[in-house]
Amino acid sequence: MKKIEAIIRKTRFEEVKKALHEADIDFLSYWDVRGVGKAKQGRIYRGVVYDTSIIERTMISFVVRDINVEKAVNAILQSARTGEIGDGRIFISPVEQSYRIRTGESGDESLYIKE
Amino acid sequence: MEDISTIEGLARTTSEIATSADTIWVLLTAALVFFMQAGFAYVEAGFTRAKNTTNILMKNLIDFSFGSLGFFVLGFGLMFGTDLFGFIGTPNLLFSKGWEGSIPAEAFLIFQTVFAATAATIVSGAMAERTHFAAYVIFSIVISMIIYPVSGHWIWGGGWLSQLSTPFHDFAGSTAVHSVGGWIGLAGTFLLGPRLGKFNGKTNAIPGHNLAYGALGVFILWFGWFGFNPGSQLAAAGTSNTKAIAHIFVTTNLAAAAGTVGALVTAWIKFGKPSLSLTLNGSLAGLVAITAGCDAVSPSGAIIIGLLAGILLVFSVTLIENTLKIDDPVGASSVHGICGAFGTLMVGLFSTSTGLFYGHGIESFLSQLYGVVAVAAWALGAGFLLFLTLKHTIGLRVDKRVEEEGLDIYEHGEAAYN
Repeated sequence: MKKIEAIIRKTRFEEVKKALHEADIDFLSYWDVRGVGKAKQGRIYRGVVYDTSIIERTMISFVVRDINVEKAVNAILQSARTGEIGDGRIFISPVEQSYRIRTGESGDESLYIKE
Repeated sequence: MEDISTIEGLARTTSEIATSADTIWVLLTAALVFFMQAGFAYVEAGFTRAKNTTNILMKNLIDFSFGSLGFFVLGFGLMFGTDLFGFIGTPNLLFSKGWEGSIPAEAFLIFQTVFAATAATIVSGAMAERTHFAAYVIFSIVISMIIYPVSGHWIWGGGWLSQLSTPFHDFAGSTAVHSVGGWIGLAGTFLLGPRLGKFNGKTNAIPGHNLAYGALGVFILWFGWFGFNPGSQLAAAGTSNTKAIAHIFVTTNLAAAAGTVGALVTAWIKFGKPSLSLTLNGSLAGLVAITAGCDAVSPSGAIIIGLLAGILLVFSVTLIENTLKIDDPVGASSVHGICGAFGTLMVGLFSTSTGLFYGHGIESFLSQLYGVVAVAAWALGAGFLLFLTLKHTIGLRVDKRVEEEGLDIYEHGEAAYN
C-alpha cells in the first residue's frame, strides 16, 4: 500500500479529480493549503505597502494498492500540469497498515477497489 | 380638525400640517441616523481582526445604549439648556423641563440623541483591538453625557461660537459631531499606544479580516448620511425647506462621490494600486467634510470640498500611521478629525452667502478657524484628561496575552465565529 500526496494548483483540482476518477481512484481527501515560496506578491493595506510570500495550493491525499500507484501518478501528472513554474509536487510513501473500520478488514482488502 | 371655513381655522390647520411634515421628516431622518450605528459597526468589524469582532460589535451596541441614556439624563440639558456664560447649557435632568421649538420636544430630543451617539461611536474604531471593555463603557458615557454636549452647546445650543459677530457655521456637525469624536479618538489612541506588532522599526500592515463588511458599512453610512445632513434642516414644510433639503441631498452625495474619487486616484498614484480600504475611507472623508457646509455651498463647491477631503485623507492616514506612529486601525482620526476640521474651514471659503471665494471677506473663514481650533482643543484636552484618569485607575489597555489571543475570548467569553 502506498500513500500518494500531491500539492496542486487550486485551479487544476477539478481536472485532477476527474482524471483520478477515470483511473478508478474514486476516494480521496483534499484541503486547501498555504505555503511559503520564492514568489512574492506586493500587497497594500490602508497605505502600508508590504510583501507576502503566501502561495495558495490544494493538497490531495489518498492510499492505493501498489499496483495502482503508477496509473494514479500518471493521472495527476497529466491533469495537474500547466507547464508554468508552480505546478506542484507528488509524494509517494509506504503505508504500514490499513483497516476498514466497519468490517475490520485490513491491508489491501480494506482499500476500495472498483469491481 | 379645525373648522376650515374661517380664515383663522384655515391658518391653524395649515400650520398644523406644516408641523406634521416637519415632525415626520425629523423622526424619519433620526431613524436613518440611528442606522449609521450599523454602518460604524460593520466598518469597524471589517477593518479589524476576526479575534476582536465580538468586542467591536459589543462596543458599538453599548455606546449607543449608554449614550442614549446619558444624553437623556444630563447631556441634552448641557447642550440645549439656557445658556450659562456661553460655555454650557443649564442642566435639564431627565429632560424634565422639555424643550421649546417648532417641532415637538421629543422629536428634537431623539434627533439629537442619535447624533450624540454618533460622536461616541467614532472613538471605538480608533481605539479598537486593545482597549479594556470596562474603561470603554465609562468613557463612552462621559463622552455623550459631558464632552460632546459642552462643545455642542457652543455651536448649536446658543453658546459662544454661535454668538460670534459672524457666527461659526457647522450645519450638521463636521466639527460638532465628527471632529469631536475623531479628536477624542486620537487622544485615546495616543495614550493607549499601538497594537502589538504594528510598529517594530517599520510600519506593518495589520489587514482587517473582512473588507466586505467594511464596504457594506460604508454603504450603510452613506445611506444614513441622507438623514444626518438633510435631517438637520429640522423642517420639511414649505418651499424654502423642501428646496433646502433637496439641495443638501445633492451636495451630500456629490461630496461623497468626489471624496471616493479623490482617495481612489491619490492612493492609486501613491501606492500603484487602487486600494479599496483607503477608497472606502475616502467616501467617508467626503461625507464628513460636506456635513458642515452642505446647506451653504453650491453643488460644484461640494465637489471640490469632497475631492480635496478624499485626497487629504490618504495623506493624513499616512502621516498619522507612518510619521507620527499612532495606530488608528480604521482611520477614525483622519476621517472624522482631520476631514471634519477641513470641511468646517472650507465653509469659510465656499459658502455662497458668507464665503471668501464669493466675495464676502475673510470673517467667516476666521470664525470657522476659531471654532475648529477651540473644539479641537476642548475634545483633545478633555479626552486626554479622561483617558489619563482611566489609565491610572482601572486601566485602559488589556494585558498582552489578551491582546494576542483576542479580546473576544478573554473579555467577553464569546467568539464571533465558531
